[in-house]
Amino acid sequence: MSLSDKLLILFAGICSLLALASLIGFALSRKITSGSSRATVDNLNARIKAWWVMVAIFALSFGLGKGATVVLFALTSFYTLREFVSLTPTRAADHLLLVGAFYVLLPLQYWLIWTDWYALFMILIPVYGFLLLPSLAALKGDAEQFLLRVSRIQWALMLTVYCISHAPALIMLDIPGYDGQGFLLLFFLITVAQLSDVMQYVFGKLMGKTKVAPVVSPSKTVEGLVGGGLSAVLAGAGLWWITPFSPVEAAAMALAIVAMGFFGGLALSAVKRSMGVKDWGTMISGHGGVLDRMDSLSFAAPVFFHLTRYFYT
Amino acid sequence: MIDIVLIGLTRFIVGGEARWVGSLPEPRQRIYFANHASHLDTLLIWSALPRALRASTHPIAAADYWGRGSIRRHIALKVLNAVLVERALRGTPGAALAPLRGLLSDGQSLILFPEGTRGSDRLPGPFKSGLFWLAQEFPDVELVPTYLDNPSRAFPKGALLPVPISCTVRFGAPLATRAGEEKHEFLERAREAVGSLASYPIT
Repeated sequence: MSLSDKLLILFAGICSLLALASLIGFALSRKITSGSSRATVDNLNARIKAWWVMVAIFALSFGLGKGATVVLFALTSFYTLREFVSLTPTRAADHLLLVGAFYVLLPLQYWLIWTDWYALFMILIPVYGFLLLPSLAALKGDAEQFLLRVSRIQWALMLTVYCISHAPALIMLDIPGYDGQGFLLLFFLITVAQLSDVMQYVFGKLMGKTKVAPVVSPSKTVEGLVGGGLSAVLAGAGLWWITPFSPVEAAAMALAIVAMGFFGGLALSAVKRSMGVKDWGTMISGHGGVLDRMDSLSFAAPVFFHLTRYFYT
Repeated sequence: MIDIVLIGLTRFIVGGEARWVGSLPEPRQRIYFANHASHLDTLLIWSALPRALRASTHPIAAADYWGRGSIRRHIALKVLNAVLVERALRGTPGAALAPLRGLLSDGQSLILFPEGTRGSDRLPGPFKSGLFWLAQEFPDVELVPTYLDNPSRAFPKGALLPVPISCTVRFGAPLATRAGEEKHEFLERAREAVGSLASYPIT
């Protein structure tokens, strides 16, 4: 089976799942017409609608190839960084740092993926960004809260640019006997991470009782985590045929993605809480901001990338 | 064509989402008066208005910034429909307000920054008196307080280019006119109306 045949089957599968979800959403909206459940149903339908759009965007960029996919993730980093920085208190003296972050480091990181420059891709932000940002900040001569200001922007870059860029970087891995199929690994990562989020939400709404972290993230429940995590691991195992993994290995990889995704969601909930907001933005209706959808992926992508690179290349 | 590019760029870099919290985007004659923190402000309010309102709304922009350079001047006059005023003339209300009176008499709407200069605080500074004189002369024109959130962070004074930080444009409830109100009372009330939109919860 060729790469495009596989992608066609996969996206057809996703579309049938979404069609099923839309039908259920429609039936629920006919059945529940008032009360607080109505708000939940409306939010559910808004989420499903937004999923159709997101899947369409991904399908289009996969279809157009590596360049379009790198650009799509660069834009994702751009919007998540914008959301993060918008909610972070910055001062006029930070302007030069932000110029460096948005207009130099972000495009450079994705250009390195495009040109397959692996070594620099790995250290650009953790080493050179780490050295560049405080240098620029010191030039401005404002010492007030210096460390705090520089760290915030460094943290934002690590999360939204460095971590997220590991997802499209899967395309540049050279796996013996798996040439040019990096898109399928990217598909595997995104599907498992997002399915885990969706199923945690579904199980949590249906049978969630015991809160995992009531202070940091009141919507996360043990029942949701177990139900959602298990379904995502099963789905990951079922996708072994598009990966270089055996079914058991695929399940283990999916488990790593689910675990990291859980911590990503939890840690970023804590960040949001410390900033006094519930969502990162308003760009994706029903979901919140782009970072609300990417939080689990940002933590899962580097780990999945390293595991695959270490064991399979 | 240029207007679509400008609006696209504004949305991409700083968002500039409109929130109509106290009034609606209706085709009424209005003066939108806002806090002034950056050169993005004119662009933000202009692009936050629906297309139909944009055509009849004129930003009042400083000639020493928007009039400089042929490209910027062309954008200000032909795309934004701006009226360029010399800041130096602002001390003598009669002369500086003449083009504004002309537009209001023609039924057009205005975008005004009554502080007259860019501030760097979250809340607006003292207002200049132009808004008062216009309100007196044109009592039927709605005065809509407008608050711009974040442009001073996205494009602070002295910076060469803006960075991507989401800005919002909040349009409040029209300022009610009070008979016999003193100039300074009116201006303070107008300033508070803009400032009160600053703490509006983010939804």
